[in-house]
Amino acid sequence: MTHSSDDTLANTPSGRANALLKVMTDRGFIPEGFIEAFTHKMEVEWDPANGARVVARAWVDPEFRELLLRDGTAACEQFGYTGMQGEYIVALENTPTLQNVIVCSLCSCTAWPVLGLPPEWYKSFEFRARLVREGGTVLRELGEDLPDDIVVKVWDTTAESRYMVLPVRPEGADHMSEEELAALVTKDVLIGIARPRVSDLAHASQEG
Amino acid sequence: MDGIHDLGGVQGFGKVPHTINGESYKPVFHEDWEHLGYSLTVVAGGLLGAYATDELRHAIERMSARQYFSAPYFDRIIVGTATLLVEKGLITQEELDEALGSHFQLAVPSNNNGRPAPAKANTAPFEIGEQVHVRDEHVEGHIRVPGYCRGKSGTVLHRTTVSWPFPDTIGHGDQSAEHQPTYHVEFSAKELWGEEAREGSVVIDLFEGYLTRIAAADDQSQTQTAPAQA
Repeated sequence: MTHSSDDTLANTPSGRANALLKVMTDRGFIPEGFIEAFTHKMEVEWDPANGARVVARAWVDPEFRELLLRDGTAACEQFGYTGMQGEYIVALENTPTLQNVIVCSLCSCTAWPVLGLPPEWYKSFEFRARLVREGGTVLRELGEDLPDDIVVKVWDTTAESRYMVLPVRPEGADHMSEEELAALVTKDVLIGIARPRVSDLAHASQEG
Repeated sequence: MDGIHDLGGVQGFGKVPHTINGESYKPVFHEDWEHLGYSLTVVAGGLLGAYATDELRHAIERMSARQYFSAPYFDRIIVGTATLLVEKGLITQEELDEALGSHFQLAVPSNNNGRPAPAKANTAPFEIGEQVHVRDEHVEGHIRVPGYCRGKSGTVLHRTTVSWPFPDTIGHGDQSAEHQPTYHVEFSAKELWGEEAREGSVVIDLFEGYLTRIAAADDQSQTQTAPAQA
């Protein structure tokens, strides 16, 4: 979008964002190429496939799993998945009777380098208000077939810890390669609203 | 700040607009201006060093309730960023208005300067498995205690190995903020939402200054009935 002297922007979200961009650019605050490079980081580098690789490694390598649960930052650092909004990473271990789920009730805090930027629904007022109070109900509404004997533990991201869920390795995945296992781990699995299933494999690989 | 942003546990919302694994998450941005939200705030807060991330959170919390609720997520980031740049004297309201061609509505100025971390109620760090109590206090400025755990008791699961500036201080631009570890404190659903609540729990990541030790309070009060409030 270009601005001539008689340009006016609509007083909309797009207009306000571009007005601030113009003022900051005119002031010389924005280094050449910075926005393009940072946008690439947000769109391409920070991706849930990163967290999926960490989970798959933990499923096949007991020593790495132990490290991930003891020092999530060190484990993710081995893959280079730390940095902005991922400086103190904590992995949450699911069991057959425990489902961890992540939220940020106050804003949108998420482990960007591991999970990617938070999706719209995660930032929605509905999720922020309801998950802490009726986690099981919310998960079932979202389509997760959660058995009654599973206890839901909600993690509200209120300080500097950034979480990722380490799901239970699903039935029927015994002979899968690490790469195939990673394809079972979607963004929703890393946030904790979904559990990985082998039947999701075809679907998950299409998500790419 | 008991603002509209403190949504945890608020009732009356409908379904979360999503179905599990129902979207590809590509593209990451759905409109061509959305990437500017984080990009511009990283320039302003990070490269220029104009403010801490805590101040951005507080600036967004200071949007009027009506503006907060009607603005999409990345719009709130833009408004918070613009507000802080004006408050820090790096840009002016007039420049924004001129670029927009109409009034650029900013967040409401803070009515207070924040606060230092409360004096330590504990002589030693809290330990894993310990019972702790969230101070029952209403802070006008920025605070990272969601209202739904105020005054509640829970169990320590983890103490961070790193310390960070106290949000109630740094969130107002005060660099003297005390650095503290945070604690992952688990609260049972029944403690938070009453006896009718289903099984389950919520873990909240709380700065040391928000907590008091229940056992210590009991020691001091001997036969007193309730844990002492700090």
